[in-house]
Amino acid sequence: MSKNIKLICIVLFALFSFFILLKGLDKSNTYSPSIDKSKIDFNFKSKYLFSEKEVFLNELLKNEGMTLINIWASWCLPCKDEHPYLLKLKSLNNLNIIGINYKDNENNAKQFLSELGNPYTNIITDPNGTNSIELGAFGVPETYLIENKSKLIIKKFIGPLDDKSFIQLTKIIQ
Amino acid sequence: MNKMKILSKLIIIFLFFQNFSSAETSQQVDKISKNLRCLICQGQSVYDSQSDFALSMKILIQNKIDEGKNDEQIYDFLKNKYGEWIVYDPEINKNTLLLWVLPLILFVFGGILILRKVSIK
Repeated sequence: MSKNIKLICIVLFALFSFFILLKGLDKSNTYSPSIDKSKIDFNFKSKYLFSEKEVFLNELLKNEGMTLINIWASWCLPCKDEHPYLLKLKSLNNLNIIGINYKDNENNAKQFLSELGNPYTNIITDPNGTNSIELGAFGVPETYLIENKSKLIIKKFIGPLDDKSFIQLTKIIQ
Repeated sequence: MNKMKILSKLIIIFLFFQNFSSAETSQQVDKISKNLRCLICQGQSVYDSQSDFALSMKILIQNKIDEGKNDEQIYDFLKNKYGEWIVYDPEINKNTLLLWVLPLILFVFGGILILRKVSIK
């Protein structure tokens, strides 16, 4: 009898461990807080790219509609891959796209934009990466879709935009 | 001549305290960053990592200390941005309850098993 109980306990423990590991496999490796918590304080100051003027990020958000914030750098190869999608989004929906130029050199950024086109309505700089942390970013590239009125992040894309995320974005915007 | 001596002493004292206070803030940065997980590295703290993310995080912590924020406020700020996962020392809440209680249950269960074995003998 006690042998049976022991066996059942072992089997139950094995099953329990198996399901915990199985659930762990499904989870993505990058952790991001749930959307409703992602209310960001856009109240930080930053310098415009190609100018000495400073601006608060929330001044660049409009009152209505949505804004796309994209963190990019000229040295970041995946940023080159996602650039056509940003250009398409700009031309399709006339979306307010704010670029955050991450730890970059101004001349290189200028060359990058003149070669590939400029989808951004405004670009601010992030010379030491702290502004991106204020947004809760992990690195470059990263894209946030924000509802201007509520100042909430509706959608967050970690890594470069692709066909799938482009379709998702256009659906939400329209 | 006397005035010069006093002035030079004052400068030395000023420099000493300035160094002292900057060493203190960098110690505080180290302390906080040791308790933060580098979210893009494998098994490293922000303190250990040299990744872009960790370097920026250290600058941000320094800025927050300069603004007069205390440790708790800095942890809260980062938890709000990146979630509970960023801190190595998780709080007790409904998501982490099992994590905290399970070792205790196993300890009690093991203790009972040992006691039973001992009393049988």
